[in-house]
Amino acid sequence: MRVAVKDSNRCVGCQSCMFACARRHGEIGVVNSRIRIKSAGGMENGFEVIICRACENPVCAEVCPTGALEKRVINGRVRGVIFHPEKCIGCKMCQQACIIGAVFWSEHENKPLICEHCGYCVAFCPHGVLEIER
Amino acid sequence: MEYIDLFPKKVLFIDLSTRKWWTETREDLFENYLGGTGVATKLLEENLDPNCDPLSPDNVIIFATGPLNALYPVVSKTVAMFKSPHTGNIGESHCGGRTSAAFRLTGYGAVVIKGKSDIPVYLVISPNKVAFRDARSIWGMRSTYTVGKIIRRAERGAGIRTIMRIGRAGEKMVTYSSVVAESYRHFGRLGLGAVFGSKNLKAIVVEGSGSIKIPEAFRRSYNKTYKKIYDLEVNSDLMKKYHDLGTPANILNLNKRGALPSYNLKSTTYPFAEELSGEKMASDYLGRRLACSHCPVACIHLGILRESYENEPYFYKTTYVSYDYELIYSCGTMLGIKNGHDLLKVIDAIEVAGLDAMSGGVVLAWITEAFEKGIISEKETLNATPKWGEADEYVKIIENIVEQPNDFYKLAARGVESLSDYYGGKDFALAFGKNEMPGYHTGYAAHLGWTLGARHSHLDNAGYSIDQKLKEIPSPEELVDKIIEEECWRQLLTSLAICLFARGIYKPEIVAEAFNSLGKNLDEEQLRNFGRKIYAFKYHLKQKLGFSFDKLRIPERIFETPSMHGKLEKSYIDKALKYAADKIQGIIKQHLK
Ligand code: SF4
Ligand code: SF4
Repeated sequence: MRVAVKDSNRCVGCQSCMFACARRHGEIGVVNSRIRIKSAGGMENGFEVIICRACENPVCAEVCPTGALEKRVINGRVRGVIFHPEKCIGCKMCQQACIIGAVFWSEHENKPLICEHCGYCVAFCPHGVLEIER
Repeated sequence: MEYIDLFPKKVLFIDLSTRKWWTETREDLFENYLGGTGVATKLLEENLDPNCDPLSPDNVIIFATGPLNALYPVVSKTVAMFKSPHTGNIGESHCGGRTSAAFRLTGYGAVVIKGKSDIPVYLVISPNKVAFRDARSIWGMRSTYTVGKIIRRAERGAGIRTIMRIGRAGEKMVTYSSVVAESYRHFGRLGLGAVFGSKNLKAIVVEGSGSIKIPEAFRRSYNKTYKKIYDLEVNSDLMKKYHDLGTPANILNLNKRGALPSYNLKSTTYPFAEELSGEKMASDYLGRRLACSHCPVACIHLGILRESYENEPYFYKTTYVSYDYELIYSCGTMLGIKNGHDLLKVIDAIEVAGLDAMSGGVVLAWITEAFEKGIISEKETLNATPKWGEADEYVKIIENIVEQPNDFYKLAARGVESLSDYYGGKDFALAFGKNEMPGYHTGYAAHLGWTLGARHSHLDNAGYSIDQKLKEIPSPEELVDKIIEEECWRQLLTSLAICLFARGIYKPEIVAEAFNSLGKNLDEEQLRNFGRKIYAFKYHLKQKLGFSFDKLRIPERIFETPSMHGKLEKSYIDKALKYAADKIQGIIKQHLK
């Protein structure tokens, strides 16, 4: 399963999803969320919804020098990555490799913030922007 | 990087004169005054010389959020306090957008800004850091939207910050200029924009890059209460009126009941009400809905203004303009505007310059009536001819109010009280405590509400809403009791910086639960007491700043034009005010020894 962006045009920028992700990880805030909502150059233009796509060829895992990002295999298919923080050296290679910009960085832990596709944020989006894809 | 406190303890001080900043730990302050309105009032009292000129370096600006901001949904406001250049008394203004989450997530419960910079600057506030940036290149820029765009590019933190800025109106110290956040939200009314301008402060960027660790012991209870409140916000009917049509849903209703002020309150019904109704605005103009950070409701409605260029076929300019009930009143019905297109045009001119739209509209309405009556002429209004319904003329007048090319416009830049002090026309100068009137001629409670309201806002106690629920008119004493009781509770809500649209959800028991779930034990009675105490304290400070019941002026016009409850009697209002004066004195005595 993965979390997908169903229709970013419906996004009102409430950031409930960002707060939800932080809560899921034991925090209150927005900076350490694995999903980010920002205006598309001004709120009148709507919003960009930035979240991991659960790639079938995750470049972040390929560039990681220590194997801290492991390909996540579901039913024989690669869908995104699993993060092993104890192996991470904080080199930010993964962040640079993800052109979507979905590898966020925790200044608190000096580690990447990797979406687990748990679906918690989906439950807190009131406007049907996000969905769970099985 | 450190995590920030679950409940705020620290105040950030910034001195623009010396470009220094420092922090103080003030647990007492947050214990005794909670946050928001309460904390800001206390900090204003501590830091302001009550006799200072509001546009001098001696004025101070306070921003405060509350303990529950960022913790729960729709606790989404920031409270600003300052001495108002518009009224000379307390200036208190509330704003949503991304301000609240951003301020709260810096870890500072409040920010105090003093002094005056020698050159235009903007501030960047982030956890443990304040930067002073040169703003000379954006000073004098035509549009507040452009200023926002430039800072958006120049600074980091997209998605977790607020960008609060003033327009030319603030720079030129129009006493009802606002501070704009996220293009469509405002610290409106009472002139915070002018105070920024007087300090050479163009903008403030606040980066909410802090994060709070939820204490392990409360993770379950917190998540449970959060979910409960979130579900109420999303599913209950209590919030429905704000998201569908938004507050403009009220236009037709108030028009039908004869409570919708039009043509400078010469009337309370409006021939073009259909055209400006929430329904029509949604079907013909609504282009996008937005939400403040941490609010699933999305009450912000943006209309699309599509304008063609004269003599240039196939060239169009498309602008997004936010509208709500108050703006349709002040920039629409009060001015005889006939359709949504013209309405958006007037609002846009006001937004570009950074004026308060409510005061701005009421000033335009006074100018139109004064012109009609021959009190003023083109000698005063110069290139513009004020006339009901003429949007293009209003756009010219707005420009003149900002640029102030003659003495008339210099007065217009100070509101209808100043205009009528000089030119006469007091009876139709619709200001209460020098602040222009909101959009309700519902009855006694509305007018008493904003006359008595501690910050002169219709939201202080929602008298207009009390009126609408009254079957028959109670005694003046009973009505005042109701108004003050509501206002005391609202002091608690704004001290927690909860959006007042969510007041139906944040009932005392829910507020108490929100605290208790995170280990802070407060019961309903304690919460109500905070409300009363903060009310008393604010009134006490108002008096220190020169407020007196003897100086109140009630414009004649409200007695001439029948309200929803019929013609209003001056004797009723006088009785009510007399009773209120004693009652408020009693409350102050009781709570401040
Ligand atoms: S799916 Fe889970 S980890 Fe990913 S962004 Fe949503 S809440 Fe965060
Ligand atoms: S919760 Fe939904 S509507 Fe709100 S910001 Fe996230 S994606 Fe957008």
